[in-house]
Amino acid sequence: MAAPPTIDALSQFRLATSLGPIGASVNFTNSNLIMVATAAAILALLHFGMRPRAMIPGRLQALAELCYSFIADMCLDTIGPEGRRYFPFVFTLFFFILFGNLLGLFPYFFAFTSHIAVTAALALLVFVLSIFVAVTHHGMRFFTYFFPQGAPVALAPVLVPIEILSFLSRPVSLSIRLFANIVAGHVMWEVFAGFMLILTAALGIAGGAASILPLAINVALVGFELLVAFLQAYVFAILTCLYLHDAVHLH
Amino acid sequence: MRRRLAVAIVLWSALACPAAWAQAEQGGMPQLNFANPLTTSQVVWLAIIFFALYLLVSRWALPQVTEVIEDRAASIAADLGTARQAKEAADAAAEEENRATQRARAEAQAEISGAIARAKEAAAAQSEQMNARLQAQLDTAEQRIGEARTRAMGALRQVATDTAMVVVNRLTGQPADQRAVEQAVGAALANRPG
Repeated sequence: MAAPPTIDALSQFRLATSLGPIGASVNFTNSNLIMVATAAAILALLHFGMRPRAMIPGRLQALAELCYSFIADMCLDTIGPEGRRYFPFVFTLFFFILFGNLLGLFPYFFAFTSHIAVTAALALLVFVLSIFVAVTHHGMRFFTYFFPQGAPVALAPVLVPIEILSFLSRPVSLSIRLFANIVAGHVMWEVFAGFMLILTAALGIAGGAASILPLAINVALVGFELLVAFLQAYVFAILTCLYLHDAVHLH
Repeated sequence: MRRRLAVAIVLWSALACPAAWAQAEQGGMPQLNFANPLTTSQVVWLAIIFFALYLLVSRWALPQVTEVIEDRAASIAADLGTARQAKEAADAAAEEENRATQRARAEAQAEISGAIARAKEAAAAQSEQMNARLQAQLDTAEQRIGEARTRAMGALRQVATDTAMVVVNRLTGQPADQRAVEQAVGAALANRPG
């Protein structure tokens, strides 16, 4: 008799090497394969979308231009005129996360944004970049950022550590927010799908009929996950823009 | 609010992470299993892939979009400029035509009133001339009537005198004194009314 089905929500996040022995020899993982697919999808959208170079765009070109102007407007509105310089970076970041989230929703694909190591690396990249931008723009005046303008000097011993702590917490909150949202969605899917198997194994035909309920929840979750995939990419990108704004303008 | 949340997250992660890591050792979340070399190797590959993607996007893909969007913006601006120029030209032409119409109307009006004045003048002159001529004809006619009357009066005197002399001759049987008869006729004519 086969072992009864259990809910295995976490094995979907397990890393393995891909691309056969060559990938294994350089520890190229299944998450890296999806990263390459994501990058290819972004480049394909832009290249094939813009190939007609039409004055009146077709559907794909309109989509590519919409992506472009969406991020361009975000950069210019949030960072200001200096945002033009960081536009390619924010564009790459947003669409890397968005396409990664969306590809991760497909069965047998891997959501690389569900790995804290990946999101932390991206968040650290943003963090280091914002410090680099702030220091190149303002030199040592960058450290005045940790003391709010106009606050009484007597409060400095309290305010400065709080400001430093909130500054240092940026990459932490940035990485954990994305990681936790994507993990939660994928775990919920797996839990409800496993619940269907358990119901059917325990109650037979009646259980199979009853498992329409978890299935309905999973269908609703698909829509919810699409929203989360977009929203988390958006939050990551807009916070990146805010941090770059702080770095450029210091307050 | 956001800062407080961030602080809470920092504290949470500081407290919760070691516990989670300990759990990962016993086959918990694969994401927290940092003993697995693939967890770090995927980050190295992430760095390579993301950097390559950034270079391709910023040097190759986005400039294509920028070019098309800027071309379109330039073309739209040029079209708008042409349209604006055409509108200005049309406005100027319309104004010119308006002015020309106004001028033509004024000229026509002047022409009409001039013609009316001239016609009135001519008519007045003509009627005056006509009046003068009629007056002259009237005068000549009256003169002629007067002459005819005088002539008729002269003839009447002759006739009356001759008749009176014949009547006197018949009644008295002797010729009448011509001077006395002429005198009597003259007196009678003078007494005659009209």
